[in-house]
Amino acid sequence: MAEITLVEAINLALSHELQRDESVVVLGQDVGRDGGVFRSTLGLVDKFGPERVIDTPLAEGMIAGMAIGMAVEGIRAVAEIQFSGFAYTCIDQILNHAGRMRYRTRGRMSCPMVLRTPCGGGIHAPEHHSESPEAMFAHTPGIRVVYPSSPKSAYGLLLAAIRDPDPVVFLEPTRLYRLFKEDVTDDGAALPLDTCFTLREGTDVTLVTWGGMVHETLQAADTLAEEGYAAEVLDVATLKPYDLETILASVQRTGRCVVVSEAPKTAGFASEIAAAVGEHGLLYLMAPVGRVTGYDSVMPLARLEKQYMPSAERIADAARLAIGWSG
Amino acid sequence: MEKAVARFEIRYTQFLDEHGKATGEFPDHSKNPDELVDLYRWMVLMRTYDAKAIALQRTGQLGTYAPILGQEAIEAGVGSTMHSDDVFLMTYREQGVQLMRGVTMTELFLYWSGDERGSDYQGPRRDFPICITIAAHCTHAAGAAYAIKLKGEKRAVVCALGDGATSKGDFYEGMNAAGAWKLPVIFLVTNNQWAISVPRSVQSAAETLAQKAIAAGIPNEQVDGNDIVAVRDAMKRALERARSGEGPSLIEALSYRLSDHTTADDASRYRSADEVAEAWKREPVLRLRNYLSAAGAWDRAREEALVRECNEQVQAAVQAYLDTPPPRPADMFEHLYETLPPALESQRLEALGPEPEPAGDKDTAVV
Repeated sequence: MAEITLVEAINLALSHELQRDESVVVLGQDVGRDGGVFRSTLGLVDKFGPERVIDTPLAEGMIAGMAIGMAVEGIRAVAEIQFSGFAYTCIDQILNHAGRMRYRTRGRMSCPMVLRTPCGGGIHAPEHHSESPEAMFAHTPGIRVVYPSSPKSAYGLLLAAIRDPDPVVFLEPTRLYRLFKEDVTDDGAALPLDTCFTLREGTDVTLVTWGGMVHETLQAADTLAEEGYAAEVLDVATLKPYDLETILASVQRTGRCVVVSEAPKTAGFASEIAAAVGEHGLLYLMAPVGRVTGYDSVMPLARLEKQYMPSAERIADAARLAIGWSG
Repeated sequence: MEKAVARFEIRYTQFLDEHGKATGEFPDHSKNPDELVDLYRWMVLMRTYDAKAIALQRTGQLGTYAPILGQEAIEAGVGSTMHSDDVFLMTYREQGVQLMRGVTMTELFLYWSGDERGSDYQGPRRDFPICITIAAHCTHAAGAAYAIKLKGEKRAVVCALGDGATSKGDFYEGMNAAGAWKLPVIFLVTNNQWAISVPRSVQSAAETLAQKAIAAGIPNEQVDGNDIVAVRDAMKRALERARSGEGPSLIEALSYRLSDHTTADDASRYRSADEVAEAWKREPVLRLRNYLSAAGAWDRAREEALVRECNEQVQAAVQAYLDTPPPRPADMFEHLYETLPPALESQRLEALGPEPEPAGDKDTAVV
């Protein structure tokens, strides 16, 4: 066991899989000698060589497309896109090709690749470095979208993503890369995909979130606890396909649901969860499903970033509103 | 001080002129006319298949279809030089290559009818499905070639694309990566002069499309794409380069799309009848037939027998296609993932529809 950060956990998982399975390769801009702009691939090129830890030319669409070609030819490609705003270039490849290869060839071919990218705001980065594109990827049939929220879940979920026989978009909460440490054992044990994790049990309200927002949501739950309210906190973890069953079971117990996301509000993944809870859990609900999200505006530069992203206070306010609701 | 730091020239090869006459000595692989007879047979089969596919579309028995008319020499040149374990990536107008690589005509009809089973090739299992989004497959080709190189295999990757595709970033990106790592991949550009309604002259100010490879550090050349000997010669050299670890190549094959872009297109809206008539004078099938006839390797009786055989083969494939049961609604969920995630099970059941009523007289049914 060692206390490590989330970005170190990513490095540990990549190293473990490169060691375990020689068909695994890592590719992307600056992933070799530089160790990645966030250092998530630090040292891997020394251990596994430049043919398996590949510094690519600067072209995000090419990185995604090459990963597809590699995966179809039996190489498990783990591609890194440096920043979330640059991942939009890859959407054509992920949506039109990675997600369909198995389907359109009726199972003759598959595409077991992973596209990793840092995601979300909160690190005072330049423009296009802090976006939250998860809903766009989650809208895509045939892929998985995975979004860890801690060093432990990053390690276990990345192992699962690399071993998954289908393409995975793996979004990493940039803000949590170095925010806190956890004990992570490098035992090669993967966490299950397509599964919600209950991070905190409670009876008064269900708070559903993922990625970086797990941090503020847990803080909000602490605040609520001081006020005597027990909030249940669910980490969706895999956004496509997602575990609605666990969410509904929780809402059935609590009768109230607030979904938290730092992405823009309209047509975001919070909307999907709110709609599904309404569709399947209406009779459990004692209050409308709340959404605490970013605004339908551009993710602002650093000086307004804090005002844009949901805070623990905004989340707690929404939870109080749900708890105190009287129609 | 000023000096030239780089110079280049683009070589063009033709062995068989538009009248079917040799322009010089043929390379060894094509010296014996009897060896070209087999390729001629393939080209006639492609043309027969193509005409039938259009007829099926016009009679409502096939979906929108992309004709290959006029490009048979390129297709036969590629199909005859690749090895069966090579990887072929294509756009939608390389069905002749597909046929030669073992994709069945029935599979092609299924594909163009809108049935995914048409991409489950029973023949070339490692060939990629048709790529409709232009040039996206250039990066897949680079990836597949990287994988082959990493595994230490001697296979080659051939990525076929059109003149319009050379305007896209994916083409440059795939080529650039292939050059950087000396990957075993060949970019085969069929320059058929028209990207739907946009002519080659509007597509790019580059004098040739072959020269686009120079920026990626990739050897390149231009061939007469209506000359089967020239296409084969360039392909053989490029494949040899790829297999021996010397890296990628680009071949620009000059041809002409004699038909509409697809059956949903009307090319007379944007190009003149005179231009098309001129192009017919350079077409590849008659050119090769003239050569073979003059060499004594072909005659009218053999031609008639071949046309009969091709018609029979195509008709049998049409029948097999028409006899194929339609896909089931649940097929939308088959092969979406290796194992269908439980979260999608309710949607699969919804697509299946209600259970059929049990057979028998309802009044007497046991309750």
